[in-house]
Amino acid sequence: MNTSALIVMLTTITLVTGLMIFFFIKVMTTPPRPEPDSYLDNDDEPEHREPNK
Amino acid sequence: MSANKESWGSRVGLILAMAGNAVGLGNFLRFPVQAVQNGGGAFIIPYLICFLVMGIPLLWIEWSMGRFGGKHGHHSTPFIVDTMGKNRLWKYVGVFGIWTNIAVAAYYCYIESWTLSYVFHSVIGTFSGLDQEGVASFFGEYVSLGTSTLGVPYEPIVFYVICLLLNTWILSQGLASGVERVAKIGMPMLIIFGLFLAFRGVTLTAGENGAINDSSVGLNFLWTPNFDRLWSPTVWLAAAGQIFFTLSVGMGTVHCYASYVRGNDDIALNAMSAGWMNEFVEVVLGASILIPISIGYLGVDRVSEMVQSGGLGLAFQTLPYLFYQWGDLLGALSGVMWFGLLFFAGITSSLAMGTPWIGFLQDEFNWGRKSAAWSFGLFVFLLGMPTVLFFKYGVFDEYDYWAGTVSLVVFALFETILFSWVFGIRKGWREITSGSDIKVPNFYKFIIKFITPLLLLWVFLGSLFTPKGGDWGAAMIGPWVLDNSSIINKIKNVDLKEKLAAATDPAAIQLLENQIFFVNASRILLLAVWVALALLVYTAYKKRVREGRLN
Repeated sequence: MNTSALIVMLTTITLVTGLMIFFFIKVMTTPPRPEPDSYLDNDDEPEHREPNK
Repeated sequence: MSANKESWGSRVGLILAMAGNAVGLGNFLRFPVQAVQNGGGAFIIPYLICFLVMGIPLLWIEWSMGRFGGKHGHHSTPFIVDTMGKNRLWKYVGVFGIWTNIAVAAYYCYIESWTLSYVFHSVIGTFSGLDQEGVASFFGEYVSLGTSTLGVPYEPIVFYVICLLLNTWILSQGLASGVERVAKIGMPMLIIFGLFLAFRGVTLTAGENGAINDSSVGLNFLWTPNFDRLWSPTVWLAAAGQIFFTLSVGMGTVHCYASYVRGNDDIALNAMSAGWMNEFVEVVLGASILIPISIGYLGVDRVSEMVQSGGLGLAFQTLPYLFYQWGDLLGALSGVMWFGLLFFAGITSSLAMGTPWIGFLQDEFNWGRKSAAWSFGLFVFLLGMPTVLFFKYGVFDEYDYWAGTVSLVVFALFETILFSWVFGIRKGWREITSGSDIKVPNFYKFIIKFITPLLLLWVFLGSLFTPKGGDWGAAMIGPWVLDNSSIINKIKNVDLKEKLAAATDPAAIQLLENQIFFVNASRILLLAVWVALALLVYTAYKKRVREGRLN
């Protein structure tokens, strides 16, 4: 590859992949909020356990 | 009371569903072609700038509008926007957020059914032993409903119906048990398939398995920056357009998904995570498959010529043949992975298109999830059949242009003005930052209020008055001659009329006359659907008035 193409490609891939990983890790490591939250996992509300009824 | 009591199963599930909504066929077929046509590596500069000043703001706007509407019990755009502006006409702007999804799903599910069919044909080895012309003519026969290699009459319609039934059934299972579960399977599979094909794409060696170029030739072609092109408004317009379409903003799907998030939960970080995941799939995976593999086997000149007609041709008429240069087993496996990843990209988006209609019927008319989902399937089938039956007359392209292109820009422009200026940036900012797990930079308040609406206005006006050949410089100093791709000339069918005037062959004249008829008929049909939905929204509004449920 020529140098300019290589620089643009590697910079872009590093930036985009890095930010994708950074934000996803941030989501995974942020502690869940106290219930009731938006999500069914670990949900205490009976009506939320059976969303399709 | 609304019958709608659904929730997301988990935060990761929501992000994968949102990313799946954004990741579509365009990530793999549209982005690389746009990059090649608009300055190669230099395209990435306006592309990323547009992502920062238009894409991210629109994501935040739509997530927060959705969550705000959800707090008032609304899960589709007509009544979400109605809660944000005092003028009662806003809800008719919100009709776009249902109409676009139904109209886009009608033709999008058809392409999705091609990918399903091509997975099947890859498995049974249909493309093995075919030369490139054979693979191309298979596609031609397929879309013109010609002879089926399986002996199944109207095979494309069969696959279309299977695809619709699959979508409808998944939607009927609910948000967490249907949509989210598919996203949790589909997105990781898509990334795994994409990584495998990208690895093959960037490790081609000239002389091996019939390749005429190293992969570096294709990567040079795609990434070598032509900085002179940065001065062209056409390139910036293309970059803004690509950001717009890749994020699935301006459709109403983001609002709908976000309306199931509670008021105290984060949306800013979720939006960033889903948005950057889409960028990864587009820029890293999307750029490493189609162009490098095609150039590796066909050369720069041939691919330059082929990309003029978009990425669909390369994807369906060329890649199945090229994969078989790697041997029968790897060829079949790569075919399954390529069309499999396109299928996952497609279905995670088409499922999102079903949710606003379902949410609307649940909220306004107390429909159950299952009946609402099946009504979506039926609606899409009826509206989609013209795109299947009259594909060669341009019905498919017409749906794509009005519902999948123009409508998105119009709705995004309106919603941005509503959010920043009518609802007010002060309240809007509070909605974005409320419950946020990241610090949202304050300068985005300025960007959302001024830059994003202006950029959207420019994209809209640029599409309305596109100068001939995209030559803005010449248009500024001389007479402003409209390009045939501009919205105004599209409405007037200038391109088709010019071709008709120049045609001498009676068969060609007949085809063009038929095309003009079908193009106009498609527009009338789409307009009729929009009016019908607006009437439904009006009926829902009157029902709310009767029941005293107005906000």
